[in-house]
Amino acid sequence: MRMFHGTGGFQERNIMKKSSKKPLESVVFPMVALPPGEENGMRPADLHQPFIIGLLKTAIGEIPRVSSALSGRDRWGAIKARWDVGRMHYTVDPGLYALGTPDENSPVLVSANYKMSFDRLRRALPGRDAWILVLNTGGINVWCAAGKGTFGTQELVRRMEFCNLSKVLNHRRLILPQLSAPGVASHKVKKFSGFEVVYGPIRAEDLPSFLDSGMKATPAMRIKTFPFRERLVLVPVELVEAMKIYLLILPVLLFLGGLGGPGGFWYNVVHAGFFAAVAVLSAIVAGAVLTPILLPWLPGRAFALKGTWMGGLTAASLVAFLLPGSHTTGGLMELVGWCLLAPAVAAYLGMNFTGASTYTSLSGVKKEMRWAVPMEIGAAVIGLGLWITSRFVA
Amino acid sequence: MEDLIYLKNVVTLKLDQEKCVGCGMCLVVCPHAVLAMNDGHAQIEKKDACMECGACAQNCPTEAITVQAGVGCAAAVINSALGRQGNCCC
Repeated sequence: MRMFHGTGGFQERNIMKKSSKKPLESVVFPMVALPPGEENGMRPADLHQPFIIGLLKTAIGEIPRVSSALSGRDRWGAIKARWDVGRMHYTVDPGLYALGTPDENSPVLVSANYKMSFDRLRRALPGRDAWILVLNTGGINVWCAAGKGTFGTQELVRRMEFCNLSKVLNHRRLILPQLSAPGVASHKVKKFSGFEVVYGPIRAEDLPSFLDSGMKATPAMRIKTFPFRERLVLVPVELVEAMKIYLLILPVLLFLGGLGGPGGFWYNVVHAGFFAAVAVLSAIVAGAVLTPILLPWLPGRAFALKGTWMGGLTAASLVAFLLPGSHTTGGLMELVGWCLLAPAVAAYLGMNFTGASTYTSLSGVKKEMRWAVPMEIGAAVIGLGLWITSRFVA
Repeated sequence: MEDLIYLKNVVTLKLDQEKCVGCGMCLVVCPHAVLAMNDGHAQIEKKDACMECGACAQNCPTEAITVQAGVGCAAAVINSALGRQGNCCC
């Protein structure tokens, strides 16, 4: 979804206006649809959003002011988003905001309209005056939006023009987060708007020292690491997403556990069904919690392999429960079944963590999936077959 | 902290040194320090560290860099294989 493709966005539109009598809508920016929620045209930011602390009078009208101090409401919103509650609708209005009391010499910082991105930016700048230009990325964070192209050259140039940004400044420079670079072509921004793009540090926390050192980033500011804390905060979303599927299959597991077996249906549900429910839950914890947390220390590079180790650990603990009954054919089948099922589930969830990680390439993910997906499906199908069969074999 | 490395020998990143004008933008935008400057030209130094985000190619004024850019996300690959909307978890 890359934009422009060598054609000139704004220049193109101006030429079209002069030379073409066709309806403008069909020829303006044909590459990318209009931003979500703004299909009928861009709107100024709502001045009554709860985090706005006042208005700043400027040559282009009143600009909403925000503080670098986050409120309890802002923090609670971030916690909810981390737990996948309303995460896809956690937004601020796109547009121009004033942090502190910026003037015509103040820096312009560009961000996405995912509220967590916006909040982390302003939180990093206590006591500073700056303009914050929020792009419409459909409520998606900077890096993901840049990858999709919604945090892109076109949206940036259009938003600047819509907000009349140049009229409040006596400089022509924008500071963008480095991780927006997959979507923004700095030389094209310059060409279309006259504004110079400076890529700031990856982490908002590094912005004060970046600004104070005359906009020089240290090499460490330019490297995206994936430390323990960053992996940890991603775990709840992984877990919640997996639990949504778990709750759907839970009745099926309990029902299958009730079939066959030594006692009546409900007796079996309570015993074998409950065991199956706990076993799958353990495999989910292995793949969606332990694998992300222990990521750098798990052997192998493929995420499915890393998940398999943790699933193996789950299988080992299940074996401890099942070993006493494994002298019968049914008991052995059940044991082998779970030794296949648990690693399959954990490997799949481990593989899914590639999307949240900060260093996996698409080529690599595709290569990994070519062997991992068939193995996960195979192990899951055979494992499930063995477990179900074991319910009917003595 | 040591940068994490994913699978080896899979990355599609290519640099045409003939086209490179040595502006250094690719070094600035790369989040994994894949590129380095050598004798006034960029060169690929740590290819396996590349995550194919496409930032370097997007910001290269002379189109000296090519990469099959995309998001390394298994869920997105599955969704597109199944013809479903929605790219990834983000």
